[in-house]
Amino acid sequence: MKPFDYAIAENRAGALAALQQGYRVLAGGVDLADLLKEGVEPHDRLVSIDALDDLRAIERTEDGGLRLGALATLAGIAAFPDLPRLFPALAEAASNTASPEVRARATLAGNLLQRPRCWYYRSADFPCLKKGGSQCYAWAGENAPHSIFPSGACRIVHPSSLAPVLVAAGAEIVTDGPDGERRYRAGEFFVNTDRDPINETVLPQNELVVRVDLDELPARSAYIELKERQVYDWPLASCAAAWDGSKWHIVLGHVAPLPWRAVAAEELLQGHADLDEALAERAAEAAVSDAQPMSQNAFRVRWARAAVRRALLKACGKEPV
Amino acid sequence: MKIQFTLNGTPHDLEVEPSDLLIDVVRDRLGIKSPKRGCGKGDCGACTVLMNGRSIRSCLVLAAEADGQDLATVESLSANGPNDLQQALIRRNAFQCGYCAPGVILAATELLARQPHPSEEEIREAIAGNLCRCTGYEAIIDAVRDVAKPTRKPARARKGAKR
Ligand SMILES: Cc1cc2nc3c(=O)[nH]c(=O)nc-3n(C[C@H](O)[C@H](O)[C@H](O)COP(=O)(O)OP(=O)(O)OC[C@H]3O[C@@H](n4cnc5c(N)ncnc54)[C@H](O)[C@@H]3O)c2cc1C
Ligand code: SF4
Repeated sequence: MKPFDYAIAENRAGALAALQQGYRVLAGGVDLADLLKEGVEPHDRLVSIDALDDLRAIERTEDGGLRLGALATLAGIAAFPDLPRLFPALAEAASNTASPEVRARATLAGNLLQRPRCWYYRSADFPCLKKGGSQCYAWAGENAPHSIFPSGACRIVHPSSLAPVLVAAGAEIVTDGPDGERRYRAGEFFVNTDRDPINETVLPQNELVVRVDLDELPARSAYIELKERQVYDWPLASCAAAWDGSKWHIVLGHVAPLPWRAVAAEELLQGHADLDEALAERAAEAAVSDAQPMSQNAFRVRWARAAVRRALLKACGKEPV
Repeated sequence: MKIQFTLNGTPHDLEVEPSDLLIDVVRDRLGIKSPKRGCGKGDCGACTVLMNGRSIRSCLVLAAEADGQDLATVESLSANGPNDLQQALIRRNAFQCGYCAPGVILAATELLARQPHPSEEEIREAIAGNLCRCTGYEAIIDAVRDVAKPTRKPARARKGAKR
């Protein structure tokens, strides 16, 4: 591993000052340690924010929302009392990610800001578009786990399992930085690769994610992820479905460079609170109607469709087949 | 940089590079060889150690992050010979090559500390992050269940009597 400078922030001000000097946050390190080891992200300055205990809190708000601290671990979120009833989609996503050892350290902010798993990106031997190079190796290479939806030339899928859930629930990502606190709607936080082939989010380097706010929890929600193996494997398609009392929000995960909002499916379901198999199937079909798979991943269009159908039915309390 | 942590009850003061990984410090500097370098990517679980009682992947943790923490490896479990869990695993012939054993044992140890009478589902969940390529897991799960049984006291007494 290339040597780097390591600072320990004692408080938020210290962390912000370090970011201002070009330091990069080290949270659980689950993603960053791997990238540093492989030489893919050779940062020369890291700041640990482990001492910022106030960022660990998970709280219910008085009016029934949730505030999730940036340093809350996936294990901590999964264990939050009553979460499976309060917000089933989040409970499902947090408790199924990776393995117990990973969930014990992986933080919420780190999960949203983790880098893509594209194997060309993860190997220092491929100077691809995402690293500022001139080509994407996935087009002519092994592209089964890559995007099946329209994007720029870089065909990553966003790796986070929590992101689709938070987008579907209308969460806001709260940051602190030189201009004080800022709030980003989760649905506008992630960007497609045609807009930015290098960064997956709009977060500026000098801002610290402090928490994720859910002012209201969806009345009904579900999250379904489909993987080849049930443990520590990456989903090949996932879907978060949330009913906010007047409208469905349907967001696919692991199929596009950002959590992929299935707008056509949402529109098709307008006015329908309760869904039956046939309607869920039609919505699922609409959700993948604009898919553009690559040479090896057309099968995942069917997986994505199944994830949508199952998430919708599950959110309606119907165990899908 | 200077860090200190306890490993298996022994305090250590160490000078490390910020880029040193915990697994390398534990194995190469401190000579505790039970955590294994497997995949190096957090997949396989061979590098599992307990940090403050929680199982973590030492291949993805910087040594610097272990500063001030309490670490444990399987070496800490057998000060008086194999403990109940280890004996149950031996009785069930639960490992073949043994590469995954330290990680599996620590994951199960964390579970049993938190939940002394876990269900089979909970056992499967707890060791889900520890790849074993020899046994098919069944014997491991059976062994954890043996010690998790409310009836485990008489079994231990019998074992003691035999010695
Ligand atoms: C075997 C395995 C399987 C996995 N499977 C899944 C899966 O199915 N689904 C899934 O979602 N994830 C999965 N993961 C990924 C894992 O969830 C992430 O690596 C983890 O959440 C990263 O969190 P961290 O706290 O360790 O982040 P770090 O590695 O510490 O940081 C990641 C990035 O976030 C930045 N960052 C972190 N916190 C902040 C902050 N507060 N403010 C600003 N920047 C910040 C860091 O600078 C860095 O760029 C898997 C990982 C492994 C090893
Ligand atoms: S998909 Fe993106 S990250 Fe992967 S090789 Fe292509 S440009 Fe690089």
